[in-house]
Amino acid sequence: MTTSSESNALSLTLDVNGKACEATVEPRTTLADCLRNELHLTGTHLGCEHGVCGACTVLVDGRTARSCLMLAAQAEGCRVTTIEGLSGEGELEPLQQAFWDRHGLQCGFCTPGVLMTLTELLRDEPNANEDAIRLALSGHLCRCTGYQNIVAAALSAVECIRRRP
Amino acid sequence: MHSTAAVSEPPPRQIGARARRIEDPRLLRGRGRFVADVELPGLLHGAFVRSPHAHALVRTIDVDDALRTPGVVAVLTARDLARTLTTLRMPLGFPTSALPPDITPFVLAPEEVCFVGEAVALVIATSRYTAEDGAAAVFVDYEPLPAVADCRDALEPTSPKVRREAADNVLTKFNLSYGDCADAFRHAAHVFREELHQHRGGAHPIEGRGIVANFDAQADALSVWSSTQMSHELQFTIAEMLGLSEQSVHVVAPDVGGGFGAKYLVYPEEVAIAAASRLLGRPVKWIEDRAEHFVSAIQERDQYWDVEIAADAQGRILGVRGRMIHDQGAYTPQGINCAYNAATAVTGPYVVPNYELDVFVAQTNKVFTIPVRGAGYPEGTFTMERLLDRVAHELQLDRALVRERNLVPASAMPYVKPLRNRAGHPITLDSGDYLACQQKVLEVIDYAGFAARQRRAREEGRHIGLGFAHAVKGTGRGPFESANVKIGPSGRITVSTGAMAMGQGLATALAQIAAEALGTDIDAIDVVSGDTAAISMGIGGFASRQTVTAGSSVLLAAREVNEKARKVAAQMLEVSVDDLVVRDGRVEVRGVPQMSVPLTRIARLLRGIAGYDLPKGVGAGLEATVFWEPEAMAYANAFHACEVEVDPATGGVTLLRYVAMQDSGTLVNPSIVEGQVHGGIVHGIGNALFEYMRYDDDAQPISTTFADYLLPTSTEIPHLEVLFMESPSATNPLGVKGVGEVGTIPVTSAVASAVDDALRDYGVRIAAVPIDPVRLVELIDRGDRRRSPAQTAR
Repeated sequence: MTTSSESNALSLTLDVNGKACEATVEPRTTLADCLRNELHLTGTHLGCEHGVCGACTVLVDGRTARSCLMLAAQAEGCRVTTIEGLSGEGELEPLQQAFWDRHGLQCGFCTPGVLMTLTELLRDEPNANEDAIRLALSGHLCRCTGYQNIVAAALSAVECIRRRP
Repeated sequence: MHSTAAVSEPPPRQIGARARRIEDPRLLRGRGRFVADVELPGLLHGAFVRSPHAHALVRTIDVDDALRTPGVVAVLTARDLARTLTTLRMPLGFPTSALPPDITPFVLAPEEVCFVGEAVALVIATSRYTAEDGAAAVFVDYEPLPAVADCRDALEPTSPKVRREAADNVLTKFNLSYGDCADAFRHAAHVFREELHQHRGGAHPIEGRGIVANFDAQADALSVWSSTQMSHELQFTIAEMLGLSEQSVHVVAPDVGGGFGAKYLVYPEEVAIAAASRLLGRPVKWIEDRAEHFVSAIQERDQYWDVEIAADAQGRILGVRGRMIHDQGAYTPQGINCAYNAATAVTGPYVVPNYELDVFVAQTNKVFTIPVRGAGYPEGTFTMERLLDRVAHELQLDRALVRERNLVPASAMPYVKPLRNRAGHPITLDSGDYLACQQKVLEVIDYAGFAARQRRAREEGRHIGLGFAHAVKGTGRGPFESANVKIGPSGRITVSTGAMAMGQGLATALAQIAAEALGTDIDAIDVVSGDTAAISMGIGGFASRQTVTAGSSVLLAAREVNEKARKVAAQMLEVSVDDLVVRDGRVEVRGVPQMSVPLTRIARLLRGIAGYDLPKGVGAGLEATVFWEPEAMAYANAFHACEVEVDPATGGVTLLRYVAMQDSGTLVNPSIVEGQVHGGIVHGIGNALFEYMRYDDDAQPISTTFADYLLPTSTEIPHLEVLFMESPSATNPLGVKGVGEVGTIPVTSAVASAVDDALRDYGVRIAAVPIDPVRLVELIDRGDRRRSPAQTAR
């Protein structure tokens, strides 16, 4: 991190989706705004900017974090993973595929954050049951789906990952 | 003609298929494009300065410090915008001479603010951060005035005025009546009275509102991206208010992150941002934050009902009468449709021989109300269902039996109610079997066995209850929706519509309809919605209308294209049009697939070759445009039942089971419909148990974060069991009825009924929603003390 004395701007190097990314931001810039506005990774969405809705969830060193409650500067030296880093341009990950197959999204605005949380859950608890899935999802607000098909998609992804050779 | 080939299989049905949505792959990769994602060179950012007072005069606005704030480019007030706008006042969304003049909000308030959150200035800066710095540095000298927080107080003659310009706080009052209530009540065996309250809530799509406007001075034209449920209305309104031709204003709704009613309005902020872009000659973006959504996006549902029901000894309804006060908020941007819908929705699926309701639409110093998912129907339904539960309770009749005795029977369909919808047409329940829905759901939830389950639970010290409710909803409102179906020389089929996608899966549903009519599958189809350049007119997304109206337009347009293609192919193949079928991108002779013409060739021919004739009798372009107009609304219905457990010590309500039956006629895509019903139910659960938009006595909003205003989360919601009956509606060529709002409507009623049932020992009767733990414990305590049979709203 370098600080430019003139503008008070910080020059950051962030590890995002496995790539080193440079950004120059004000110290107060949140990680979410840095990802969206400086790195043009607009898949991370902002729904409340006070840490409740979960839409902005990303992985920081593999753990879910609200990117609206974290400063970009705090992410330096960490591995940040966003929705764009899940499958890139390649085949959809089983979780994404399950969301498509099981109609796990409607407007799609909360979906990126939900997918990041479930990525963490399925990594840590590959046999997560419905209760565990609902508990993990309780940090996300979705106004469209009533959560039912999100849960169904997550369960279907569990099944798919289990069957994978 | 030889015919050795096997007769080809008919193309698979698209309508009714559980197709995966064409919208999803982009969204799942984080490659959606929402309005906040729109980036333009030289983009500036706006932040509004909003009133902290519920009512005040604006004495002066000092912008000097704000203009000195680094990054700030301009600070605009009403006076500045007046230079570029034809009027400072928003137009009335649904114009009518029945309402007084000067009731709509201002683009920016010039001299008086009438609710917390009303915008008085707009700061434009190089980033959102610096725009907010600038907004914090604007000094507004307010002179606070007395404010009105409660719509009942607003009607008192001594009440302060909500706006100085209004004669009083009554926006309007109206009476809806038929039959002879006075006589019915005089002779009734039983009359019961209830005072009921439904509380205000917000729409709260997870994506808030937002707009980007880019004025091109050279072209004298404006490009707009907005998260809206009404692109064309936004186009027309901006054109009118900026004094531009419609042709000079291009509106695109990119991906919209949910609407639920909040975005079916042209907002002052949208006009302010468009005006700012024109004044500055630069693109300007404003993205609402959640704090702003809580105070400046529309809300709904604050109504107080004082109603009586007259019944005979068997629990048959003889009449319903009473009075309702609707909280309109400080301004009227659209009309009085919430109040009107609520008043006309009361009788719902029931035969009510006599009805009389006096409605007072009262103004308060709170943000204005227009429909949120359900649009007045949940309120009207709550009134009727609470009254029927009361009748059952007092007459010691089974709640299901009371409904059975009063439902409009299937044999009476179509059933014309002696009421008119707001377009002036008689409310005609067109189809459905309400009793069958009730019976099926009660069977699935084992209502017959519930008394025994409840007894056993009671022995274990647990309070469980079962409740249920009906709903009907007029869907597919007119006047029309637009669709153009076009096959290009590339062979791609484009469906363009004025209907608005906001997450429902509209593109997939319309693609399925077009695909069916053109013998292809949905991968061949692109759907363009919300783009005013794609089609000249549109009404947009409200009233659970789009599959009915846009779906019908797409079906008819696609059939016309099919017919056109066959006519051209008939000339080319020298066969009869009737022997031809369109499938898989070709027009082929039925049963002789090797005799065929590709649609690409027909499309190229109909595009025209300079100087040569078109094929005869079909006109240019392999396309058709239809603006289908419904003659009547399609009435969808639902019956919901739920089982709850209440902890009398904490007032906590746990939903144990939820079963919902919906009849939305023909289902275009059952997966999408189920998803809509799930979301609708959970919105209703929010209204029933959690969502409580609190204001203090001075009309200060005090639940302005998601930590204070609770949306339902995954752990409060049980697995929802959703069933369908499909009674096709004859009101439209698809046989469909709307879906989106229907799931929300009966929920508060069903949950209230279940909570009553669980707390029968305490004599609790729910008269207000949300049923939050504090209020419920109060009712339980009161029941403990008095064992009172009836509780009334606060």
